[in-house]
Amino acid sequence: MDELTIVVLNGVLFASYLFLVSAGLTFIYGVMRILNVAHGSLYGLGAYMGAWLVLTLWPGGSGALPPAWSYVVLLLGGIFVGVTVGPLLERVFIRRVVDRGEVIPLVLTFALFLILEDVMKLLWGVNSYLADMPYSMLGSISLAEVSYPVYQLLLPLVALVAAGLMWFVINRTLFGKLVISVIADREVSAAMGVNVPRIFTFAFALGAVLAAVSGAFIAPMSAVVPGISIEVIILAFAVTTIGGLGSVPGAAIGAVLVGLLRAVAIQRWPEFDLFVVYALMALILLIRPRGLFGGLEVRRI
Amino acid sequence: MRRLRDRRTLLLGLALLLLIPPFLPGWLLFLLTVAFAKGLVVLGVVLLLRGDLVSFGHGLYYAGGAYAIGIALKDGFPVREALALVALGTAFTTVLAAVVGLFIARYRGIFFGMLSVAFTMILYSLLLKLRWLSGGTDGIPVRATTYVGLETSADTVRLIQYYFVLVLAAAAVYVAYRVAASPLGYLMRAIYDNEIRVEYMGASVHRAIYRTYVLAGALGGLGGALTAVTVGHISPDMAYWTVSGEFVFVALFGGLGSVFAPMIGSVVFEFVRNYAFKFSPYTWQMLLGGVLLVIILFAPGGLWSMFENLAARRKREPAQAPTERMEVQRVPAEGR
Repeated sequence: MDELTIVVLNGVLFASYLFLVSAGLTFIYGVMRILNVAHGSLYGLGAYMGAWLVLTLWPGGSGALPPAWSYVVLLLGGIFVGVTVGPLLERVFIRRVVDRGEVIPLVLTFALFLILEDVMKLLWGVNSYLADMPYSMLGSISLAEVSYPVYQLLLPLVALVAAGLMWFVINRTLFGKLVISVIADREVSAAMGVNVPRIFTFAFALGAVLAAVSGAFIAPMSAVVPGISIEVIILAFAVTTIGGLGSVPGAAIGAVLVGLLRAVAIQRWPEFDLFVVYALMALILLIRPRGLFGGLEVRRI
Repeated sequence: MRRLRDRRTLLLGLALLLLIPPFLPGWLLFLLTVAFAKGLVVLGVVLLLRGDLVSFGHGLYYAGGAYAIGIALKDGFPVREALALVALGTAFTTVLAAVVGLFIARYRGIFFGMLSVAFTMILYSLLLKLRWLSGGTDGIPVRATTYVGLETSADTVRLIQYYFVLVLAAAAVYVAYRVAASPLGYLMRAIYDNEIRVEYMGASVHRAIYRTYVLAGALGGLGGALTAVTVGHISPDMAYWTVSGEFVFVALFGGLGSVFAPMIGSVVFEFVRNYAFKFSPYTWQMLLGGVLLVIILFAPGGLWSMFENLAARRKREPAQAPTERMEVQRVPAEGR
């Protein structure tokens, strides 16, 4: 009984974390047909920014502002990183390779990823940042005889809010309509007067904000150290390819699958927690080459 | 005329590589040896890149070749002859590539890349966690006592390793050269341009990609095995996806224009790494990323095409496109 509760709670926690980091990646792919390896760096930058802001404003756990404001600070820090770094990367670098097939943009974003890794080291050093004030402040509660931190229960809420916002933006706004038309056909959209490059910039910025905000909110749960971007991007790859690249609902399904599977693995076969994720990814790709929700590609001669 | 001069340059280069080493210090020999070994892995990546397939997981074969040897030695494999060990590692990855290739040859573009990442990460997680088999994070020592029958001592081991790797690498490069100039090599170039047209002409795209993939896997295993024997120690990091990313980096850095380009790229890369890492460890990745950006945006042919352009200018020849040359940049064939 206890074990089941732990597996479900951890699974939901993993799933929300995975959804937060994958949603932006898959959205950017859907719009631009670019798999952004630097997505992990945006997550890392957001995490560093969040941890650094909390530690600066509340040194030693107390500061001039009430501690509850730390959540607002985390959110704003993530948004700031997303809207500054995201459009910068897109305008200066990614735009130049957007029509050079799939491989070149992949390698280009890998280059950006390498550069941003060291940018983080230069900005924040190589020591770890532990800003657990927003996390420990909420304490723990007892759920079915298992003591569980409240902050970890709130993270799924954040993921749900993010999913809801994305649904709203894509389905209920003018920007969303334009995005859908660009996804359906870039050239026809341009011919109809859609400013495709601008849609790209906004879509990329939206994905970047998602990555950075999730980084900021996950930072209080564990120490922020150099190299966190690497682990994140590789997990996000697995989740998005399982769900189908370009599909936000797919990312949600993929996140739930991977999250629960990993929670079970950690409980039962702890030595295979990474293995099951990639084995699942390989298996799904072998059965459904474009993932669970991936569309068919139009082949043009 | 051109071919004759090329051949002369080639023989001159080979003579230098054969004659100079006895006068070089041990660390430099070691660096060159490792660069040649890793260059073979890069060569495999290049052969696939020529068909527009990016193997972001070639560490699977690099680590696979090395660990085939390491695990065999740990479990009491009786032979300590380097040639036999390297043959074992290469044979293992050839079989591995023949199996993995059955699945992966169906994929293109990002999905090919992602699936290769998945396979190498599966190997990585297994090497990390199956301590009884792989020794976990500590890795396994790999020691060969004879090289083609030659006993080694502390003084001669680097030199013997150098010649051992040089000869095998030269043979492998020659094989790759012949393959690149064969119908298979030309098919891969045609697939790069437009694979549907290749199918319409009656050639099997799947078969061409499968064969190239198996060859690339064999080259990866050979490179991994040679690295293992030279370095004397292996660890699971060899299978981590960022190592594979480095191979893709060196492939584009050297250029896709020639089978020699990966070797040149690899040697330059190892030198730069050696110095850059000592000089400033915190900006090493930034340097890598910056160079990669410059190559993609401004010099898609890599080092090789710069070298060719220079040679052409010195001879006052127009920089024409020779047959063995290809650039990364292309006109989008799919209309979008």
